[in-house]
Amino acid sequence: MNWAETARSAFESLRERRARSGLTVLGLLIGIAAVILTVGLGEGAQARVSSAISSLGPNLLTITPGSTTTGLVRGGLGTAGDLTLADAQALSSRSDAPDIAHVAPVIQTGATLTSGSSNWSAPVMGTTPVFTTVRNRQVVVGTNLTAAELASQAHVAVLGSEVSQELFGFASPVGQVMDIDGVPFNVVGELNTAGASGASNEDNLVLIPISTALDLFSKPGPYAGSLSEIFVSATSSSTIGAAYEEANDLLLQLHSITIPSAADFTITPASTLLSTAATVSKALTTLLAGIAAIALLVGGIGVMNIMLVSVTERVKEIGLRKALGATPGLVLRQFLLEAAMLGVLGGVLGVLLGLVGAVVLPLLISQQIDVSLVAVVGSVVVAAGIGLVFGVYPAYRAARLSPIDALRSE
Amino acid sequence: MSSIGHPRHQSGLALEEMPGPMLELREVTKTYGMGEVEVHALRGINLVVREGEYVAIMGQSGSGKSTLMHILGCLDVPSTGTYLLEGRDVSVLNEIELAEVRNRRIGFVFQQFHLLPRLSAWRNVELPLLYAGRRPRSARRERAMAALGAVGLADRVEHRPTELSGGQQQRVAIARALASNPAIVLADEPTGNLASDQADEILAIFEAMHNQGRTVVLITHEPDVGERAKRLVRIKDGLVVSDGPVRP
Repeated sequence: MNWAETARSAFESLRERRARSGLTVLGLLIGIAAVILTVGLGEGAQARVSSAISSLGPNLLTITPGSTTTGLVRGGLGTAGDLTLADAQALSSRSDAPDIAHVAPVIQTGATLTSGSSNWSAPVMGTTPVFTTVRNRQVVVGTNLTAAELASQAHVAVLGSEVSQELFGFASPVGQVMDIDGVPFNVVGELNTAGASGASNEDNLVLIPISTALDLFSKPGPYAGSLSEIFVSATSSSTIGAAYEEANDLLLQLHSITIPSAADFTITPASTLLSTAATVSKALTTLLAGIAAIALLVGGIGVMNIMLVSVTERVKEIGLRKALGATPGLVLRQFLLEAAMLGVLGGVLGVLLGLVGAVVLPLLISQQIDVSLVAVVGSVVVAAGIGLVFGVYPAYRAARLSPIDALRSE
Repeated sequence: MSSIGHPRHQSGLALEEMPGPMLELREVTKTYGMGEVEVHALRGINLVVREGEYVAIMGQSGSGKSTLMHILGCLDVPSTGTYLLEGRDVSVLNEIELAEVRNRRIGFVFQQFHLLPRLSAWRNVELPLLYAGRRPRSARRERAMAALGAVGLADRVEHRPTELSGGQQQRVAIARALASNPAIVLADEPTGNLASDQADEILAIFEAMHNQGRTVVLITHEPDVGERAKRLVRIKDGLVVSDGPVRP
């Protein structure tokens, strides 16, 4: 009896027990589909976070006030919150910081926006025209802020797409007037849609000249005129390290800080965000895949259970086959093949269900699912393997049955 | 009944040309050990069956006839003693070698028929040929068809066992036993589950087999069945108590 003949016999025997075989396959296919979907979900999330972060601007460094934490000791508290326009000016120096291409200082405040009967709240960022360059954004309607508007403290604003839609619907916002905390501004432009990156929504913001922001919104007190953050772009992706060093040295010098660990500012390269996000989503993927693997294990135990029942139920058939000349090896082979077939069937159907789920689920939960070829091929192989592994013990029991006992059982 | 395979000899030989032993048991014992209790199923059986003989082994239940049948069929091995099948000592064979002997040299007929319910008649008959590795499938089918034709079931080859009467099922089982052209046919209470008219049909087939020169060993507890054979061996308590030709 060769493999093909054994396979035929195994298949017929599974077909004879359709309902039971079907339910066993169902248990496995749910496990397989779960693996494919959870791994896909994890990879989708990872891809989305990565693309969102890299859309921030590939060569971006973000400088925020507040000290870095070294061990448990934070730098001087009193020195936090004092990034100034002078700092931004110094960073723009071609000679002191040759690897820094652009510097965009930002003063950010939350504000209420009103236009006619519509109102909305969004972060308002006072900045300079290079903000769009540094942050890899485009003005798609109207114009960017200009140097002239900066000089004249003009009341002009460029809107993020979400703000524009909330206040003006789908009409062009350019030329419209809106109030920011009660002060009228002319809308001159609208930014491209960027999507969310991590926690911040890059489409819900308003850009105004930084001079105007300092004039209108800067709170009086010791931190008057201090910046929320400074965005810096390096001249190229290969000079990010040099740009980081230059910015760090320059700011330490300006702030008269001699111990680098006591710095009152933090410089974060975009790549750091990227690797942090990657670590988080990797952990998530691992967790999900672990849960799915347990589902798969349960499916495998189902295979074993059903094969044991099958051996018990078919004692007479096994005895007869042995009396007719089946060797223990052939009996073992047939039962292993039956288990492996359940596995492969569960694997293939599970992949199909997973693929359908990968198309349908994103429509329901707005989560991207990236089905990877590795997960697909891997799960079919694993499913067949599970069938084999969990089929070994029942098949061994069948092969060891004594033909006399088997034939005698009534 | 048409002939299947090549009968080893024509019947009606003179006594002085008596053929050699087909199977020979020498002081065969079988003990089932169950902890402290030992059951002596066979206590020293000596038996020679020659080629072409039609022997009935008769005994009450518990006489050891089932154990004897298992040993003759190579389903089990003796505890002590020697069993020669066609001159070959099979009491020392391992499981794989025994499977091959069962497949090629012995045809079984059981009281319960033991047909696989999901397979059609010809596919049941095909089974021993499958295990013998006979290929291609068309050759197995041809052989199975011939065997079914020989037991008068040429028009029932595609029927499943559940669609056949008890007598027809047993005839399928006989066709299966004959399909691989075995040296000996072993029948264990072949008529035990059949009405008397069907039982007669089955016994007629055994008789025809014998007339074609095949060796037939039939195990039964019914005297009417035993007396249809040519030689009657009675066993009791694991020993042969009488052995002789059946008077017509």
